[in-house]
Amino acid sequence: MVAPSRKKLLLIGRSGSGKSSMRSIIFSNYTAFDTHRLGATIDVEHSQLRFLGNVTLNLWDCGGQNSFIENYLTTQRDHIFNLVEVLIYVFDIGSQEVPKDMETFKRCLDNLQEFSPNAKVFVLLHKMDLVRVDRREQVFNATMMTLHAHANEFKFQLTGFATSIWDESLYKAWSAIVCSLMSNISALQSELETFAKVSSVQEVVLFEKTTFLLVAHATSDDMDSSSQADPKRFEKISNIIKSYRQSVSKLRTQLHSISLLSNNCVAVLEPLTSNTIIMTVLPKHSADTNMVISNIKASKTRFEELESKSNDLP
Amino acid sequence: MISQGTREQKILLMGLRRGGKSSIRQVIFHGMQPIETLYLESTTKPTSEKLSSLANFVIEEIPGQVDVTNPEFESSKVFKGASTVIYVIDSQDEYLLSLQNVVQVISQGYKIDRNIHFEILIHKVDGLSEDFRLDTKRDIIQRINDDLVDIGAYDADVTFHMTSIFDQSIVEALSRIIQKLVPELSSLTQLLDMFCMRTGVEKAFVFEASSKIYLATDSSPVDAEIYQVCSDFIDVSADLGGLYGTSANTGNSDGREFSTSRFNNGSVICLTRLIKGCLLVCLCTSETDNKITLVEFNADVFREGMEKIYA
Ligand SMILES: Nc1nc2c(ncn2[C@@H]2O[C@H](COP(=O)(O)OP(=O)(O)OP(=O)(O)O)[C@@H](O)[C@H]2O)c(=O)[nH]1
Ligand SMILES: Nc1nc2c(ncn2[C@@H]2O[C@H](COP(=O)(O)OP(=O)(O)O)[C@@H](O)[C@H]2O)c(=O)[nH]1
Ligand SMILES: [Mg+2]
Repeated sequence: MVAPSRKKLLLIGRSGSGKSSMRSIIFSNYTAFDTHRLGATIDVEHSQLRFLGNVTLNLWDCGGQNSFIENYLTTQRDHIFNLVEVLIYVFDIGSQEVPKDMETFKRCLDNLQEFSPNAKVFVLLHKMDLVRVDRREQVFNATMMTLHAHANEFKFQLTGFATSIWDESLYKAWSAIVCSLMSNISALQSELETFAKVSSVQEVVLFEKTTFLLVAHATSDDMDSSSQADPKRFEKISNIIKSYRQSVSKLRTQLHSISLLSNNCVAVLEPLTSNTIIMTVLPKHSADTNMVISNIKASKTRFEELESKSNDLP
Repeated sequence: MISQGTREQKILLMGLRRGGKSSIRQVIFHGMQPIETLYLESTTKPTSEKLSSLANFVIEEIPGQVDVTNPEFESSKVFKGASTVIYVIDSQDEYLLSLQNVVQVISQGYKIDRNIHFEILIHKVDGLSEDFRLDTKRDIIQRINDDLVDIGAYDADVTFHMTSIFDQSIVEALSRIIQKLVPELSSLTQLLDMFCMRTGVEKAFVFEASSKIYLATDSSPVDAEIYQVCSDFIDVSADLGGLYGTSANTGNSDGREFSTSRFNNGSVICLTRLIKGCLLVCLCTSETDNKITLVEFNADVFREGMEKIYA
């Protein structure tokens, strides 16, 4: 066994921008509605989460009130910015103090460059639900332009996402963030492709069990070209299943699996390894899902091996 | 009493402005997220929804600014032929005005047709604390009943429901309200009882697929949690299916449909499509693969039984 590797993730942004809300939804099974109960974070709240068994995510949720931010950027700066793998910077899209937000962002990048020059930087333009649907794309692009301009003097590549706790966008962003830390994703990916071919299914999708974040997927050319499938389906599946799991907990039990047989879709969702759930979509009008379920059982060990492969990035 | 067939059952949705009538309509019949109702604009014209299933229901929203005491208000026209009046009271607001108004509505409707069901929604209870909720309920019921006695309408058929669009309580209340109007409800209940007994199923519901109102259930008591999970599974199966295909015509897709959701304690929820836009959703507490097959088989038997009743 390899020792689990630890990855430090910094979550920074102004107070009220939604950092603790998103963390609670993705990692602690809150619903978007529950987040109203959250109080302002005092100083840094640490949480440790295992992802795919052998990676420990060390999430630093940095309370965003001015005095705390000042401390992070001065007296505590080495403590905060040392050994960071990922910086997740959250902007409240409705912020009234954009210039100040930009200034703080730059100071963070400055420190990050000094203490963790190899870190990855993600920017989340959050509370997108407050922007009118037809303006969202434009607001996102314009803000990203500004951010790129401000980050120009640093060597970091910014990856941006528009997010909101009220839709599935949060899952897309966090899936990308977490997967960027995993070295074995491509191996899992190619194993899924093999699985898809052998079982001749339309699509297979692999999710991490607790967070329900997307790990990898393989799609048949057949389905890819039919373009009937929703382009946002992966994050939507995460969102749908995660809230259904919440609902099931009211019966004092947990969701084990789902099997669907309808006009639109024949699919099964089954536990694969101890850390993953696999969803398989069969060609329409397939009458029997037993075959694919036994294929899933048969590939368990192979996936378990791949998962436990060393996760240290070269 | 009610003959099968084509007569439309009229349901009026009334209440003062900003009480939540349009929100309820949008959330139940148009899949709007509860939070989005914040941006709803005030309704000024009467607006109606149709629900065609085991019977044809029309739900007409009467805008809050319509004054029922105004002589120009044609109460006979409005209440004539109505089976049910749903009256929405905003429990988070000062509700005295609403109470006066609802009593006037009942008094007028009652004069026109004594059989009208008056269903009073004590609405937006999500904003009230647990204790306050009960006090509010008691207070509202007491005041309305007192006033009804005063005006001599003590035998009007009045039922109270605590509701919120932020949880299942609103669908549950509407289910109970609409069930009173389902033709042949008792035969359907019997059929469901038989289904449960033969199959060894704990609880079974017949849902109207698009609104997720349940039109019938077996005669065992309804457990709110079980109902909610069954209802959520309808969403899950529709939403997941919707990601992979576009079956534009909802409601009458007569293809086979059978979905299951298994839980760690061995229980299973099964969902099958019936006739007239209905779904049969049931919970089995101890699952074996045999049992699922039995559910599937007996669901077919049930569907045939239903076809006979509603032919
Ligand atoms: N409309 C909307 N509100 C959101 C969204 N995300 C979070 N909120 C709300 O914003 C408020 C503040 O969220 P928090 O997560 O506590 O903010 P924070 O960034 O952790 O704040 P500090 O801990 O003080 O730094 C909560 O009431 C959330 O419900 C979103 O996407 N859209
Ligand atoms: N808290 C809460 N607010 C609600 C509920 N139902 C409706 N509302 C809000 O009440 C307001 C008025 O609703 P609307 O449907 O326009 O009222 P109408 O004039 O009766 O049609 C909206 O802002 C809704 O978001 C509820 O169950 N709980
Ligand atoms: Mg916080």
